[in-house]
Amino acid sequence: MDVMPKWAEVILVPLISLILAAILSALVILAIGEDPVAAVNLMVTGALGSTYGWGYTLYYATNFMFTGLAVSVAFHAGLFNIGGEGQAMLGGLGVALVLLFIPWPHWTVALLAAALGAAAFGALWAAIPAYLQAKRGSHIVITTIMFNFIAAAVLNYMLVNQLRPQGAMDPATARFAETVHLPNLHQMLAPIGINFSKAAPANVSLVIAIIACVLVWLLIWRTPLGLEIRSYGKSGRAAKYAGIGAVRITMVAMLISGALAGMMAINNVMGEAERLVLNAVEGAGFIGIAVALMGRSHPFGVFLAAILFGFLYQGGAELALWTSIPRELIVVIQALVILFTGALDNMVRMPLERIFLAARNARAPKRERKQAAE
Amino acid sequence: MDILALFDLSVLDSTVRLATPLLLACLAGLFSERAGIFDIGLEGKMLFAAFFSAAVAAMTGSVWLGLLAGIASSMALSGIHGLASITFRGNQLISGVAINFLAAGLTVLIAQDWFQQGGRTPSLIGGGRFEPIILPFAEAARSVPFIGPIYAELISGHSILVYVALLAVPGTWWLLFRTRFGLRLRAVGENPAAVDTAGVSVVGLRFVAVGICGVLCGIAGAYLATGLQAGFVKDMTAGRGFIALAALIFAKWRPWHALWATLLFGYLQAIALRPDIIEGALGFRVQVQLLDALPYILTVVILAGFVGKAIPPRAGGEPYVKER
Repeated sequence: MDVMPKWAEVILVPLISLILAAILSALVILAIGEDPVAAVNLMVTGALGSTYGWGYTLYYATNFMFTGLAVSVAFHAGLFNIGGEGQAMLGGLGVALVLLFIPWPHWTVALLAAALGAAAFGALWAAIPAYLQAKRGSHIVITTIMFNFIAAAVLNYMLVNQLRPQGAMDPATARFAETVHLPNLHQMLAPIGINFSKAAPANVSLVIAIIACVLVWLLIWRTPLGLEIRSYGKSGRAAKYAGIGAVRITMVAMLISGALAGMMAINNVMGEAERLVLNAVEGAGFIGIAVALMGRSHPFGVFLAAILFGFLYQGGAELALWTSIPRELIVVIQALVILFTGALDNMVRMPLERIFLAARNARAPKRERKQAAE
Repeated sequence: MDILALFDLSVLDSTVRLATPLLLACLAGLFSERAGIFDIGLEGKMLFAAFFSAAVAAMTGSVWLGLLAGIASSMALSGIHGLASITFRGNQLISGVAINFLAAGLTVLIAQDWFQQGGRTPSLIGGGRFEPIILPFAEAARSVPFIGPIYAELISGHSILVYVALLAVPGTWWLLFRTRFGLRLRAVGENPAAVDTAGVSVVGLRFVAVGICGVLCGIAGAYLATGLQAGFVKDMTAGRGFIALAALIFAKWRPWHALWATLLFGYLQAIALRPDIIEGALGFRVQVQLLDALPYILTVVILAGFVGKAIPPRAGGEPYVKER
């Protein structure tokens, strides 16, 4: 089983996959008649060259940390949660209900309540597919896909028919109260003398997302529940013999997963838009899949991958602004990353394993000779 | 109250039109999944085919060349899916997700590069579209009571791909249940080891199944862009690949049931476009969002086993490894 050393498994395989995805992306840019080097330069200056760019990069990264962690937790239990998109939509609904109907005195209390609301709604939306998988054996991938569409219909109904203020044209809620405005990085960093861009949307949710990364790491690798989740994910049958209940683990893992996806809403709904709009999630739920695959379902990997995708998102927006390359380029890059780090994993792994095996075999006879000489 | 208005000929007519891409995609998924390869990339393949068929039809003025381009492009994506899930034994679901995004991104990227119209193709005119076919005596039969209008409106007057889709149903049934190839294909989705023992290539059979899936998705996409509508617009499949997937489960992976399931979902789409008829017939308003979500809700209910049990092919989703 352990043909490769751990560092190769954790760093080399994803790195090669990433390089392959990057090469193909460069070819795509070449094919539509643009210069890949200039494109990368533009993306780097646009996303990382100013605190404004960083503010957007980190804002997107915050979304992707939540959704990436959501997919990762489910992956650890051997479940593929494609429903992050729908769970994040419902999370947004939770945030909106909490903030619209209760007058909060201060943003700190409001943030706590909104996070709970978002997590509860997201978990609820994951609970039904989880229950159906655990008790009725319906395939969780199909049910979570279906629940994404149902969530879109629910959100559409709530915004168009229930939450839209009277007389308003666009399907969105009213603006949240001024008191629940979350401090952005400009307001947070000003006291310590850093002049961060005022206009960028990155906000205190970033801190929550990083805390969530740490908590998920603690949960998965430092608690008995985490051990149970991982054992169940590695082998459901073995876990059953060890007395780990399949229904319980499926439910718990999916509830946590849905709650994390839903929590994204404190960033995009409460932190950025400050009201709930129809397409608030903007595909972040799906990017969570790419982020989790690239981060090898490890919270630190998810953290790094989320920042990379935040960079791609902001850089892609800059590209669309200054060149004729449409924003959809990042969708292509995202697809290639999912393809190479997820589906074509063996394509990279098999030759690498052969190389490591050959290297080990070449070393082994030498050691035998040495032992013989002694 | 006029319940019969719900089955107005114009509604049934658009049911047939809207069910066609669903039916083709559903049969595509049926071939793939019966052979043990899950395919959630139907949506992406249809979208890819819709773009390339419209683009080639717009450039050459020939809808037939467009159809060929659509099929070829969809098969290219099938090839990637096969490579990832059969050759390299990767996760079929993840591969499907990647294909959906690849198609969503590349179509807009290439459309922008080729036509500079914001990710769409020019509108198709004349020979660039599949025109409706008027069946013989359609006009003459119109005066015959009851049957006449049904023949003239509902059965006649669709583009050729609609009839192709309808013929694909008995075709699929015959191929799967009356030929040796079909028996093997179904066996490879249930017990690939047995097929391997019998000396038939599991990999070969699965690639053929995935290839057929590509052809059917290609026709579905071409119909969307050159039959149902006149040109490609961004994300024009609008979840149809997933509705087809839902229909496939609804039909429990059987061809004739796939026809009924896609007609039902097509009807739901058609009636959702006519809220006036629903209100007139039932006397109250039905939320459009409920009608939109109904196919998905029905699928979840079916999957949950509350109305009969949907059991997928046994080896579905499992990569085949010789000599475990």
